[in-house]
Amino acid sequence: MTLSPLKKLALLPVLLALSGCDWVVMNPSGDIATQQRDLIILSTLLMLVIIIPVIFLTLFFAWKYRQSNKTAKYDPEWHHSTKLEIVIWAAPLVIIMILGAVTWTSTHLLDPYRPLDRLAPGRSAEGVKPLKVQVVALDWKWLFIYPELGVATVNELAAPVDTPIDFDLTASSVMNSFYVPALAGQIYAMPGMRTKLHAVINKPGTFDGFSANYSGEGFSHMRFKFHGMSKAEFDKWAADVRKSDGRLDGTRYLVLEKPSEKVPPQRFASVEAGLFDKAVNRCVEPGKMCQHDMMAIDKAGGLGMAGTTNVTTLEYDKRVRRGEGGIRSFVAALCAPKSAPAEAR
Amino acid sequence: MSPDLVKTIFGRLTWDAIPFHEPILLGTFAMVALGGITVLAALTYFKVWGYLWREWLTSVDHKKIGVMYIILAIIMLLRGFADALMMRAQQALAFGDAAGYLPPHHYDQVFTAHGVIMIFFVAMPLITGLMNLVVPLQIGARDVAFPFLNNFSFWMTVGGAVTVMLSLFVGEFARTGWLAYPPLSNLAYSPDVGVDYYIWSLQIAGVGTTLSGINLIVTIVKMRAPGMSLMKMPVFTWTSLCSNVLIVASFPILTAVLALLTADRYLHTNFFTNDFGGNPMMYVNLIWIWGHPEVYILVLPAFGVFSEVVSTFCSKRLFGYSSMVYATVVITILSYLVWLHHFFTMGSGASVNSFFGITTMIISIPTGAKIFNWLFTMYRGRIRFEVPMLWTVGFMVTFVIGGMTGVLLAVPPADFVLHNSLFLIAHFHNVIIGGVVFGMFAGIVYWFPKAFGFKLDPFWGKVSFWFWQIGFFFAFMPLYVLGLMGVTRRVSHFEDPSLQIWFVIAAFGAVLILIGIIAFILQMVVGFMKREQYADVTGDPWGGRTLEWSTSSPPPAYNFAFTPVIHEIDAWHDMKQRGYERPTNGFIPIHMPKNTGAGVVMAGISIVLGFAMIWHIWWLAVISFAALIVSAIVHTFNFKRDYYIPAEEVVRIEDARTEALRSLA
Amino acid sequence: MAHAQTLTEADNTRFHLTEDHHPENGTLLGFWIYLMSDCLIFAVLFACYAVLGRNYAAGPSGADLFDLPIVAVNTALLLFSSITYGFAMLSAQAKKVTPTLVWLAITGLFGLGFLSLELYEFHHLIHEGAGPQRSAFLSSFFVLVGTHGLHVTFGIIWLVTLMVQVSQRGLGVEMKRRLMCLSMFWHFLDVIWIGVFSFVYLLGVLK
Repeated sequence: MTLSPLKKLALLPVLLALSGCDWVVMNPSGDIATQQRDLIILSTLLMLVIIIPVIFLTLFFAWKYRQSNKTAKYDPEWHHSTKLEIVIWAAPLVIIMILGAVTWTSTHLLDPYRPLDRLAPGRSAEGVKPLKVQVVALDWKWLFIYPELGVATVNELAAPVDTPIDFDLTASSVMNSFYVPALAGQIYAMPGMRTKLHAVINKPGTFDGFSANYSGEGFSHMRFKFHGMSKAEFDKWAADVRKSDGRLDGTRYLVLEKPSEKVPPQRFASVEAGLFDKAVNRCVEPGKMCQHDMMAIDKAGGLGMAGTTNVTTLEYDKRVRRGEGGIRSFVAALCAPKSAPAEAR
Repeated sequence: MSPDLVKTIFGRLTWDAIPFHEPILLGTFAMVALGGITVLAALTYFKVWGYLWREWLTSVDHKKIGVMYIILAIIMLLRGFADALMMRAQQALAFGDAAGYLPPHHYDQVFTAHGVIMIFFVAMPLITGLMNLVVPLQIGARDVAFPFLNNFSFWMTVGGAVTVMLSLFVGEFARTGWLAYPPLSNLAYSPDVGVDYYIWSLQIAGVGTTLSGINLIVTIVKMRAPGMSLMKMPVFTWTSLCSNVLIVASFPILTAVLALLTADRYLHTNFFTNDFGGNPMMYVNLIWIWGHPEVYILVLPAFGVFSEVVSTFCSKRLFGYSSMVYATVVITILSYLVWLHHFFTMGSGASVNSFFGITTMIISIPTGAKIFNWLFTMYRGRIRFEVPMLWTVGFMVTFVIGGMTGVLLAVPPADFVLHNSLFLIAHFHNVIIGGVVFGMFAGIVYWFPKAFGFKLDPFWGKVSFWFWQIGFFFAFMPLYVLGLMGVTRRVSHFEDPSLQIWFVIAAFGAVLILIGIIAFILQMVVGFMKREQYADVTGDPWGGRTLEWSTSSPPPAYNFAFTPVIHEIDAWHDMKQRGYERPTNGFIPIHMPKNTGAGVVMAGISIVLGFAMIWHIWWLAVISFAALIVSAIVHTFNFKRDYYIPAEEVVRIEDARTEALRSLA
Repeated sequence: MAHAQTLTEADNTRFHLTEDHHPENGTLLGFWIYLMSDCLIFAVLFACYAVLGRNYAAGPSGADLFDLPIVAVNTALLLFSSITYGFAMLSAQAKKVTPTLVWLAITGLFGLGFLSLELYEFHHLIHEGAGPQRSAFLSSFFVLVGTHGLHVTFGIIWLVTLMVQVSQRGLGVEMKRRLMCLSMFWHFLDVIWIGVFSFVYLLGVLK
């Protein structure tokens, strides 16, 4: 942490309060979260410049000009002072101008879509190969795919310390928010969308991760552990995962995707290539048209009147899985594999 | 009967919809039913039905409608607060092996209902009620521009509230959070009636809110007393005007976006679905384009109340009237440019995020100016610490903390770590309780003697204030801390036992607030019992400055025997300063609107329509919709909507007041 | 606020009026504000169409579906109905009850013609498999055009109601005000339709 001595002094009470328990947002272990923490402290201090005098003056005026205090000056017609009004508009304006500048730069610097340029203060990220992790928020657990390692885990995330992590996120059904407070701020994981997050963990350890956006019945337990490990430990962990049995392919994914709660960590030694892309494009179900294909067709003006006959129904669907019967349809892929129920209506 | 026939008649409604197996709900139902029957029996026994119907339910008098709005809000506050207590208790209990007493299925309904009820059926009726009660009096008008519409708006709001309450006993409420984001709220993931209850209750109440907004705008624009130019309007009227402009310019967006969700759920369209090209993010954008102005709809009238209260109880003219007005207008406009700060984490990109972050911060400039204006009104004043003034000082101290955390949340990278956390919950309760609730309570205590002719009991008023104030800090400061510990909202069970102490403190704070609510009601009960002692004969119990204090308490049906003429800001203060003498003769007949039962009838039919739509009882829906149209048409054939209060009646009322004032002297 | 201007310096000590005071009637202003709020509802629907209007979900597009000649006839019907409503207002100003009723009836018939064509178009689309469920584009199309159609339906019900009232009560101040409100509503629907015609149909067939 590189804070000026002045800042450290101002932080003293905060740090004292922190020493007792784990205020993880105020005491994170990743560089991004640390910078976000510093921003919280800086903004708070800036605003206290106004807030503290206001609270003080409120209480002081309330006390001084109480009715029983006959010695205080009473001036019932005093209601305007150009100088004072300039000050009361200008003071917040100045603070907001400073804060606005801080906001503009920090929002761009800490944009979750922006690849990291440092691992920690003074340590460049150049030349360090990032770890790619693909995240799918399922009902109600997290699927992590490591495309470079060819493995996948459920409700267990690991990464080597001081290595940029390059997250791609999506969701299978409803909106969730991927959040590991010790690592970095959250980002939504949404069905049919791909969001991104860049982060780095600087200390080894086990940290809490969870969904920060309410997603239904099993939401409270949609939690996982994030393990920050040394490079060697991480390699060993990856090897362990590879030794586990089980392969995550489309069929297995569709089973996994069904709602379940309090799911213990699971490991898959191998993953079907391109599974995440299919998840993003909502076409893991065989015979279903992928969204990127659909968008390409739409861009060219749709399928014409033929497009009224390419709708078919799912073999099972999410309404069934969330408790009520009913049939939902989808757009069939143009060249569906043989196993698919591709009969056009 | 064949299942098909049953389905045709009852739609989705079955015996399973009645929660026989839920002891808490069944108990609540028994209590509500018992209480309801007792009240109805008492009304019948004392033969007050006719009086109620003639004088209140069908009344188009803005003062009575205002009072009824506030009664509705207080009743719904009890329901909403019961939800809050249940959540606090659950979160204080459910750690590790202890599951608490609310399963997610139930807990998720509770937090959704809490949010919906507190915003739509507590805060909204409070501000609408207060505006109804006060604005026509402040501008020297006899009623609002459209008195029938006012009555109709009120009953539609009641209709919405009744629909929400129905969900407690027939079926269930939404389990989606108070804004019902799709895809979760869409048919695929919420197939039961919960979201439908949500949609229809908000749509029914929304009609009322929009119409009441239009009504009050026209009232303020067209019906000000002669001489009251815009820059001589009382500040509360100014903030009401801005608030109603916001209502009219934002509630249609809510109506439209909920209608689209309805189409998705009933017609299987694809606005917010995952497949077929739908886009759930559009819902999130649209609902916050309504949702953020909504925050200012609530808080602007509260700012107006504080302006009136601070200047009255400091016995001093408001500091910086014009900058107060400009600040209000600036906030009104800016409130439309900030909606995206509710979802920085959606990944809009750095430039978009920082634009909305900075516009959000800019709102704090006029808000800050307002705080300073109240501060410098106190400066060189003679402050009487009556209960409304206590709420005001409490507000100033509490609200700035909420404002600070709000600006903090407007910094996108800070929001990334605080969004959806209990820090956020603490923040918006800090501004809504510290701003809106304190403001409305100040307003109720301040204007109560005007509405009823006696002051509230100050002892219980002060008890209420202190328990709310202290209870607030106990209930929400722990949530700030929990937010910084990375704890998310809407969670019903926790693993980490070290968090528990904070939730226990918060639950304790909620109990303190409960005592504050009880004391708030007690100040009315005790005030009523001691109404002789607290009676206000002068019509001006606080040394007020605006026109409403120039007439009697409670004001006669016609408000002012003669339309006042205004020369200055703080018109009544000006009149008092210049030795104004109340007219005692020369009274003339006064033209007034007539009561009508059409509002009650149409709102009643709307409830039936909503219920039929929720349960897919199509035949009933068609019939009630047709009935609604027909009753509206029949109402337009009623051309006898007004009458004259004869001069003798005015003379009688005014002479009685002259007599009362003389006996006072 | 007519009174504000008439107050003179001499009135400076006068604190109340002694004569009867009637503020200006606010119905037209109120109705105009209502129309603006209704306009916002359409703004949301247009916005949805703007966002979703090209999401065909590999289905048919506007160019495949829209039958411009029908829409042109439809547009003409609605525009003519606005003109005939204008004639009704002129007759009402001249306090001629029968011509007012005749023009209102013609307006209503044009409105009905518009609705019938629209229903025919909807029925045709749904029959072809291009119903509102097929794609987000079709959802937003049906709901936008359908909401406008619902407004026209209410306008016609209102128009009939007013015809009955005019025939019963003649053309007093109150009836003229009601006719004026419906007039604003009717022209407002015309303006919305011009938006629908240009942004949905014309741009839709352009592809």
